[in-house]
Order: sequence, then C-alpha cells, then structure tokens
Amino acid sequence: MTAIPNSLRSGPDASGHFGAYGGRFVAETLMPLILSLEKAYEAAKKDPAFQAELSGLLTHYVGRESPLYFAERLTAHLGGAKIYLKREDLNHTGAHKINNCLGQILLARRMGKTRIIAETGAGQHGVATATVAARFGLPCTIYMGEVDMERQKPNVFRMRLLGAEVKGVSSGSRTLKDAMNEALRDWVANVHDTFYIIGSAAGPHPYPAMVRDFQTVIGNETRSQMLEREQRLPDLVVACVGGGSNAIGMFHPFVDDAGVEIHGVEAAGDGVDTPRHAATLSKGTPGVLHGARSYLLQDQDGQIIEAHSISAGLDYPGVGPEHSWLKDIGRVKYHSVTDKEALDAFLLLSKLEGIIPALESAHAIAHVARVAPQMDTDKLIAVCLSGRGDKDVFSVAAALGEKL
Amino acid sequence: MSRLAQTFARLKKEGRAAFVPFITAGDPDMDTSFAILERLPAAGADVIELGLPFTDPMADGPAVQAASVRALAAGATTAKVLKMVERFRKTDKTTPIVLMGYYNPIHAYGTARFARDVAAAGVDGLIVVDLPVEEDEVLRVPAAAQGVDLVRFITPTTDDERLKRVLDGAGGYLYYVSVAGVTGTKAVPEDEVRAAMTRVKAATGLPCTVGFGIRTPEQAAAIAALADGVVVGSAIVGRVAANLEAGRDKIVAEVLELTRALAGSTHAAGRDKVSPEKANA
Repeated sequence: MTAIPNSLRSGPDASGHFGAYGGRFVAETLMPLILSLEKAYEAAKKDPAFQAELSGLLTHYVGRESPLYFAERLTAHLGGAKIYLKREDLNHTGAHKINNCLGQILLARRMGKTRIIAETGAGQHGVATATVAARFGLPCTIYMGEVDMERQKPNVFRMRLLGAEVKGVSSGSRTLKDAMNEALRDWVANVHDTFYIIGSAAGPHPYPAMVRDFQTVIGNETRSQMLEREQRLPDLVVACVGGGSNAIGMFHPFVDDAGVEIHGVEAAGDGVDTPRHAATLSKGTPGVLHGARSYLLQDQDGQIIEAHSISAGLDYPGVGPEHSWLKDIGRVKYHSVTDKEALDAFLLLSKLEGIIPALESAHAIAHVARVAPQMDTDKLIAVCLSGRGDKDVFSVAAALGEKL
Repeated sequence: MSRLAQTFARLKKEGRAAFVPFITAGDPDMDTSFAILERLPAAGADVIELGLPFTDPMADGPAVQAASVRALAAGATTAKVLKMVERFRKTDKTTPIVLMGYYNPIHAYGTARFARDVAAAGVDGLIVVDLPVEEDEVLRVPAAAQGVDLVRFITPTTDDERLKRVLDGAGGYLYYVSVAGVTGTKAVPEDEVRAAMTRVKAATGLPCTVGFGIRTPEQAAAIAALADGVVVGSAIVGRVAANLEAGRDKIVAEVLELTRALAGSTHAAGRDKVSPEKANA
C-alpha cells in the first residue's frame, strides 16, 4: 500500500501540485493573473470579514445548511445499508454550484474585477454564476456548447432571465470542454477587467484548491449532521464525478478518516468498453488540459477524445487534479455508471422518495443502488445529491421515447 | 552556433528583421503542407514556425483552430510532423524550424523522447503555448541538452518582475505576444509594441520576435522596424482555408504569394528605432 502521510488534506503544494497532478499550464498572458488570483485568494481565506460575508450569504441566500435526509423508502427497497442524501438539490438555484460561485464572486469584487465569465455543461454552473452576477450587479457572459444548449434548454432560458449573455460554442464536440476553451479565450483577451468563475475543481492552480475549499461546506455539514443523527461517521461516502467539484467538496472532510470508504462515480455513457463514455479516471491516462495535469480521455498522440454522457454535467474528458491524486494513492475508489443505469436511478429516486435528482446525481444514486444491498443494514451511506432534475426532464423524456 | 543564433546574427548584421511565417503542419493535408514548407525559405521566410496540431488550441483564434481541425482530420500525427521536418532538412540545412503547439501531445509523446526525436529531425526550437516558466523545466532541460531552444513568451501582461523571471533561463529568442488575446483576432498596437521592445531590449540581448495580430505587409513593415522578427500565422493559414476548393497548386501558390509580400515588406523596413541606449535615456 502507498504510505499515507499525516494528512491527505494538506495539498496542493506551493506550486499547485497534488502529487504529480495539477499545476499551472496556461498561456503566459494569463500567468500574472493566475498568480494575483492566488495571492488574493490566500488573503481572502485568512480574512474573517470575507469568511463572514460568505457564510452569511450561504445561510440567507442559498438556504444552508442543506438537510441530510434519511432516504427511508430507498433504503427499504434496496434492503441494505442506511442511505442518507445530502440535499444540495435544495440549495438556491438547485445544485451545489452556488456554493463556489458565491465564494468566487466575492473574490472577484475584492480584486476589483467588473465582468464575469464562466463555462457551463449542464447549465447548473451557468445558472449559479448568472445568479451571483445578478446579485452583485456585474455583467456576465456564459459559454455553453451548442449540444448542451439543446439538451438543457430550461437552464439556457434561466440564465438569460438572470441577465446573462449565453454564448453558444460550435467548436469541437460542442460540449463542456469546448465551452471551457472558449471561456479561456475570452479571459486571455479581457484579462484586465474579467474574472473567470470556473465551476469545477479543475483548471490551473489555484482553482482546484479554491473550488474545493468553497465546496467543502458540503462534506463539513454532512460530517456533523451524520454525527448528530447517528453518533458516528458514515461507512461509505458517494458522489458523482464529472470535473469533480461536488465530489471533492463531499469527500475532502472525510479523507483522513480511515474508517470511511469513499467512492466517486463517473459517467460510463454507453459503457466503459465502448467509445462513448466519460469515465476519465476509470479509462483515461494522465495528460494536460485546461491548465492542469490530470487524467484525460485522449488518444496515443495526446489528442483529446470527446466524452459522452446523457448527463451534460458529466460530459467532460478531464477531471479535477486532486481526484487523479486520490485515485493514484488509492484513497478514493472510482466507479462508473452507464446512461441506462443512471436513468433507472433517476426514475427510482423520483418514485420512491419524491425527489427528482439531476442526471449527474442519479449516477451516484445508481452506484448506491448497486452497493447498498451488499452492505449490512447497520452500515451508513452518505451520498451527495448534488442537484435537482427539473432541468433534465426534457432529455429524460427523450431517452424514454416520450414527447413533451 | 545553432541555426537560430546564426540566422538572427546574420540578419542583425544585414540590419533586417526576420520574417517568420506560421503554418499548421498537415494543413490541409501532409503533402500540401510539405509543398508549402519546402518553398517558404525561397519566398522569404527566415525562420519557420510549424504548428503541431491539437484538438483544443485554447490560445488560438478561429483561423488557427480550423487549421488544426483540418490537419487532424487529414491524419496528422506528431510522428508524421517530425518526418516532414526530416524531409525538409534533407534539402534545407539553414532555415531554422520552430515547432509551435500545446503541451499535451508532447506530454503524450514523452518529453525526453520528444526532445531527442525533434533534434534528430532537425527542429531548432519549441514554442509551447501552455507551458509557462513555472512548468517548463520538464521540457526545457532535455531540449537544451539536445541543442533545441525552448522559446519563452512575453506579453502585454508581463510586468518588470515577471520579465526577470521569464528571462532567467530563456534561450534561443523571445516571442512577444503583441495583444492580450487569441491569435489573429485583434490588430497589432504599434505604440505598445514599441514600448515593450524598448523594455525587452534594455533587459536582454536575446532576439525578440513579435506575433499575434499582424496580417498585412504594412503592419509587418511597421513591426519590423521595432522587433527582431515578425510572425504572421492566422493570415497565412487563412489563405489555406480560402482556397480549399481550388486544390493543392492554388493553395501553395496563394500562401507563397502572401509570404513573399509579407517577407518583402519586413525585409525592406528600416531597423534602428529601438535601442537599449534610448531605453536607458
């Protein structure tokens, strides 16, 4: 086994690396900005006024803390471990993304930036970014692949309602990866006034650490709620992984608890042995994309392979660098779930608990449906229900062959 | 003395700036691309930037993105690009070739192996867009051991402190990105370039080329008066895109015609407007 140092929570190192992963692989034009962002973030982190303002907004604007809900009927149905859902779907804007967006927009304001840009896949991060931009009165441009705009129409409309400009991206696979390329192009052309709110725990340092820190509220709350409800920590913690922001936020407070098993769930699309999947950690190899070294879906020549998932939020050929590190040291096990299994879980949770999960989160539920029956009834599972599924009703209807 | 050092020394003596065309290797296919490459020196190229195609060129504008897409669709690979350079070197022993691209294809190839193979093929320098000073040691060191220079960038966002960092360990020449932005989308701002060249010349003896936003012979002449080299990419690959239907001969002819015009005005421009003495004055 790999030697485990005193804490697995101390990364990244000063140069932004988690072991062999992470770093700052960006164009020189962006480097001064990345360095000043890092400085500004380090200062904000230590500033009680910043933390107090963030915490106030999380309470009164987002509605935190979010409940840790015991899914009684799902537990009975699966007949194994007790399943708790961390209800990030109940946050304002319907997903965990807002936790990070608030932190970053406060930082943007602190740095004197006057314009916000972001990329989005499922549209949840775009909606959350448009929301905080409206709340703080800053103009905002969201880049979104044309394929994703088609399958997440309600979110496109929502962003526009919130005053954001949504720019369709027609290059490459026209999904999240290409939206991120386009956002980086905008950023490099507008470095002086623009703040790029990255939605995933990916990108160049300090983003992976910063996004993680802002999302760690998920795991911190889960930890104390579980201790209060069950007087002990969960045996298993589960979250879906696209870029991996809800997962790293959920996992991080547990990585030093040796008794807690942690599973990340990737999108297997049509299956990991087909060419159409998004299981970066399960089937990818290390490479460099969007500013960081991490696992990637790529061919032998280092060209990026387009990902596929029914869930736009997981449809990404990369993953946050800290996940790559956690995989390599064996602390987190990464599994995958097909489109079909995710759809089944989407329906299952809707019918058994009256909770329509986001297709992303349905991947985590599908994995729980697989492992819970194999666990004793006195075991505890905490799964991050990262978002709600209202945005997905069109694509689910299409997948089920129904017209709305 | 390396081919790059020789070329810049010779041009300095002649009082001219280098003309540096950029083409994407394998665009629109390997044969056409080679036909262009081998004729570039006669059309006035002093140094050639050869783009290594990548699926996700996030520092490039639409023209160079499209060139990458065409090259990859036509089957370009790193190995084929190196073969192309090798073939070029059989007949041209003097024109420096600098490979320009993104880090992931190099990472996938393996940095040590890449450094060895590019040197063997006859590559003189590397420009890796997403490999800033903080991360470049992994390629810079093995490349230098093979006599291949890793070219570093200076940009409108580079302040004096950053400039020192960029110059520490820099080799070959420097590439000044004339606009904050992606390739080929904004026009080159002459006054800013003049100020930047003055700063750079005061800080280093390395040659400095300027690129991003130079499209016309007039712009090339203006920049040639200020810098040691003028890089044109998007306008040139745009000629490939504009003539795809017309076929290989027309593509080659159009690219070379633009190259001759740009090289001609670059070489004709006077070259004494920027000097370290003035910067210190």
